Amino acid sequence: MGMMVEVRDLVFTYEDGTQALKGIDFELEEGCTVALMGANGSGKTTFIHHLNGILRGTGSVIVDGLPVTPPNLREIRKRVGVVFQDSDNQLFMPTVLEDVAFGPLAAGKSVAEATERARAALDRAGILHQADKAPWHLSAGEKKRAALAGILATEPKLLVLDEPTTFLDPPGRRALGDLLADLPQSKILVTHDHLFARRLTEDAAFFEEGTIAARGPIAEIVQRFGW
Amino acid sequence: MERWSRGDSVLHRRHAAVKILVALALLISIGTLTSHSALAGALYLALLVASASAARLPVFGILLGAAAVLPFAICFAAVSVLAGEPAQAVLLIVRTWLSAQVAILLIATTPMPRLIAGLEALHAPEFLLQVMQFLYRYLTVLAEEAGTMLQAGSARAGTLRTLRFREAAAMAGVLFARSYARAQAIHQAMIARGFEGRLPAIRQAPFRLADAGFGAGAVAVVIAVRAVFRWA
Repeated sequence: MGMMVEVRDLVFTYEDGTQALKGIDFELEEGCTVALMGANGSGKTTFIHHLNGILRGTGSVIVDGLPVTPPNLREIRKRVGVVFQDSDNQLFMPTVLEDVAFGPLAAGKSVAEATERARAALDRAGILHQADKAPWHLSAGEKKRAALAGILATEPKLLVLDEPTTFLDPPGRRALGDLLADLPQSKILVTHDHLFARRLTEDAAFFEEGTIAARGPIAEIVQRFGW
Repeated sequence: MERWSRGDSVLHRRHAAVKILVALALLISIGTLTSHSALAGALYLALLVASASAARLPVFGILLGAAAVLPFAICFAAVSVLAGEPAQAVLLIVRTWLSAQVAILLIATTPMPRLIAGLEALHAPEFLLQVMQFLYRYLTVLAEEAGTMLQAGSARAGTLRTLRFREAAAMAGVLFARSYARAQAIHQAMIARGFEGRLPAIRQAPFRLADAGFGAGAVAVVIAVRAVFRWA
């Protein structure tokens, strides 16, 4: 199996001088899943934003064999699907169907094909019946599913989910876990919910003050860092 | 208004671009009403009321909603009165009220996504459409955040009736800052999904013969009403 993500010596400093990443080395094999854990402000979200070029620090970031550099961004963003923590930020179109179709349309698909992909993705996410609704009429769980459908419609090779269980009740978390478990893509989960993470993987990387302090089985990470 | 726009009537089913053009013709005609064509104004009011009724909308609600613009019109009308032209003042108020009804009727019979698609079909500036779309999408979110802040304020202050200007200004400032942060987050989500400056649309509705018939007929009626009472 090849490498889906290879990161070497990634350093990033925000405009206000905060050094959020202090030399990250990270690898993820194709088809595998890893949970990123760590305290708030430890650099997890900053790190995942480098995987599709939203942020660009120094060092090397290679996704699916492509360096994350400006000439490759368009292709990278087709291959990397990011589900953001706040679904309201991600569902920016007036109806659910339009939002889910946005990605395929932006990738150059025809209206017919984009609509078909959107419907298939919504069906997979279990909310096809909400296609014509406005996003603000959805529950938190439905918004999360719609956001995920929006990413699935682009058929990415890598799924990145930032705090996917935020605002979800226990049944919602279980349903999301079942849905994600069925997806074959490589996955990176940023999560505080180690029980949710263990449904999908045993592998975790623990972020601490901008570095990866440890990587290994979730149970060991939880015990070692008192998580 | 959003609930009204999801109704089903002959008017609701018409193509948005045609309705926009009819509304434009009506606005131009109303905007050029003079004191000599007051009867035309009365006929337009009757037509608007009849259209609202045919669209199964609350007529009184629309008339009342349109009255929201009157305070602004009255300010300008007062200037006309002071200039010794009371007839102009009345005309200004009537034109404003009728124009507002046209706008409300258009929005109340056309869901926002279709309205934006109609404007797009008429080649309205894309930037303007994007602003409209995002405003529509996130107004409810901002309203919720403002509501949450007010609730939090009430929970700590007991009552907000005595909210001082300083606290109110601080709340407004924080809401602005949160809105800006949210806008940045939304932009990141958009570029992560391949946004490159244009919002692609799938919402173009088919243009039917009935739409052409409605458009031609409605514009003909607008013109006929003015022609009967003469362009003065």
